[in-house]
Amino acid sequence: MEPGNHVRVKVDNVSKSFVGINGTAEQVIKNVSFDVYDNEFLVLLGPGRCGKSVLLNMIAGLMGTDEGQILLDGVPVTKPNPEMGMVFQRTGTLPWLTVMDNVRFGPRMRGVPKEEQIKKARHYIDLVNLHGFEKHYPYQLSGGMKQRVGIARAYANDPKILIMDEPFGALDAQTRYNMENEILTIAEGEKRTILFVTNNIEEALLLGDRIVLFTACPAQVKQIYTVSLPKPRDTMQEEFLRLRKAISDNTDLAL
Amino acid sequence: MKKDESNIKYVFLTIVTFIIFFLTWQLLAEFDIVGKYMPSPVDVFRAFVFKLSNIGPDGSLLSTNILTSLKVSLLGFSVAVVIGIPLGLFMGWYRLFDRIVKTLFELIRPIPAVAWIPLMIVWVGVGLTAKALIIFFAAFVPCVINSYTGIRQTNPALINVAKTYGASNFYTFLHVGVPSAIPMIFAGMRVALSTSWGTLVAAEMLAASSGLGYMISMARSFGRADVVVLGMVVIGALGYIFTLLFSKIESVINKGGTV
Repeated sequence: MEPGNHVRVKVDNVSKSFVGINGTAEQVIKNVSFDVYDNEFLVLLGPGRCGKSVLLNMIAGLMGTDEGQILLDGVPVTKPNPEMGMVFQRTGTLPWLTVMDNVRFGPRMRGVPKEEQIKKARHYIDLVNLHGFEKHYPYQLSGGMKQRVGIARAYANDPKILIMDEPFGALDAQTRYNMENEILTIAEGEKRTILFVTNNIEEALLLGDRIVLFTACPAQVKQIYTVSLPKPRDTMQEEFLRLRKAISDNTDLAL
Repeated sequence: MKKDESNIKYVFLTIVTFIIFFLTWQLLAEFDIVGKYMPSPVDVFRAFVFKLSNIGPDGSLLSTNILTSLKVSLLGFSVAVVIGIPLGLFMGWYRLFDRIVKTLFELIRPIPAVAWIPLMIVWVGVGLTAKALIIFFAAFVPCVINSYTGIRQTNPALINVAKTYGASNFYTFLHVGVPSAIPMIFAGMRVALSTSWGTLVAAEMLAASSGLGYMISMARSFGRADVVVLGMVVIGALGYIFTLLFSKIESVINKGGTV
């Protein structure tokens, strides 16, 4: 399915600084602007520690911007909004809750009737292939399974936009590869607008409809690539390799 | 069945430790190595049997003394838990509340519980209330400090998780902060319980007529070292039972852990 041209999230000339160790202001994000279209899989790609997570936190409303603004469907984002679901970098699973209780966290908080919570949670637990693990606690799961819980939990809250902050960064290569394929299947099955952060070029090319490439710190938009290859993509295909080289040549080295 | 085997091994080791401990104690007492007034384990056991059906030297049966002490210490301890833990949790979570209460709390905190005894006598006399209040002061501080520290250590990532689901601050407090603090809350309760027992003897010197602390101090006046040690052993055993009970409750409440 082609992503629509309707703009869902507008990041408009956003900058952000933090006070560094020696007391001077350190700019991490500088004049960043881009649009996120309806139902597209947008990948934010950049070297490690370049402020991508900060940008996501601002989009999610967990942090304010210094300059510029972020609009969700034309409305400025000022605080966290359940219409944006977030999957966190490392495990954001609540350790004292079972898989089932983690996944139904959002609906439960909103006061959805219990049967409906469970039905919904079960649907997404099945979708991320965790069937049979409903009663397990996070410490009984592998890293990949914990991230699946995080993904199911984000989906179960019916967000309009899904924000994923390097969700597979902590996984080993094999699990990561499996999860990338699985997230594609899930994203195809349940269409959502997805904002996905990674520092891995191949991952970006496997998943993204468009890729926003950032510079090293302070993060600025370097270039936006449109990847029109059909999914699932073949990593050995000529066009894939060409884009991979183009992006790789254009990427700043992370220190 | 590897686990069962190692369990048996640990039980065996515990029993061996016990036997060595009591044997050493018996020998030290038998040969008057640490003075001739030291009762042996056998003497203490005899005192135990004796106190089950005799009221001397303090005027009450062992069971009466235990009940009196349990009533006093559990009353003081429970009130401390019920007030101290929510107070610590709120202080740890809500900055403004912390600012309001912290200084006062830090001023009261270093005052030893027994220093309250004279004031208590003037205020509420020498009854159950006075003793329970002194134990309350002793148990209150660890309850507050531990739950405070526990909730302060809540993983910020988990707080963000709740926030992105649109959770209010109070909902996040209840569903993320409090569960994160559970292990520290229980640690605080364990410390509070042992402080309660520790303060018991002091509290029961307040013109009590029964209780384990009273039994110990009366036995001391009558030169009954065996009954003194019996009182100590009973306090130790009761404390151990409560610790086991707490661990059990904690493992039921907190099945998934917090990490």
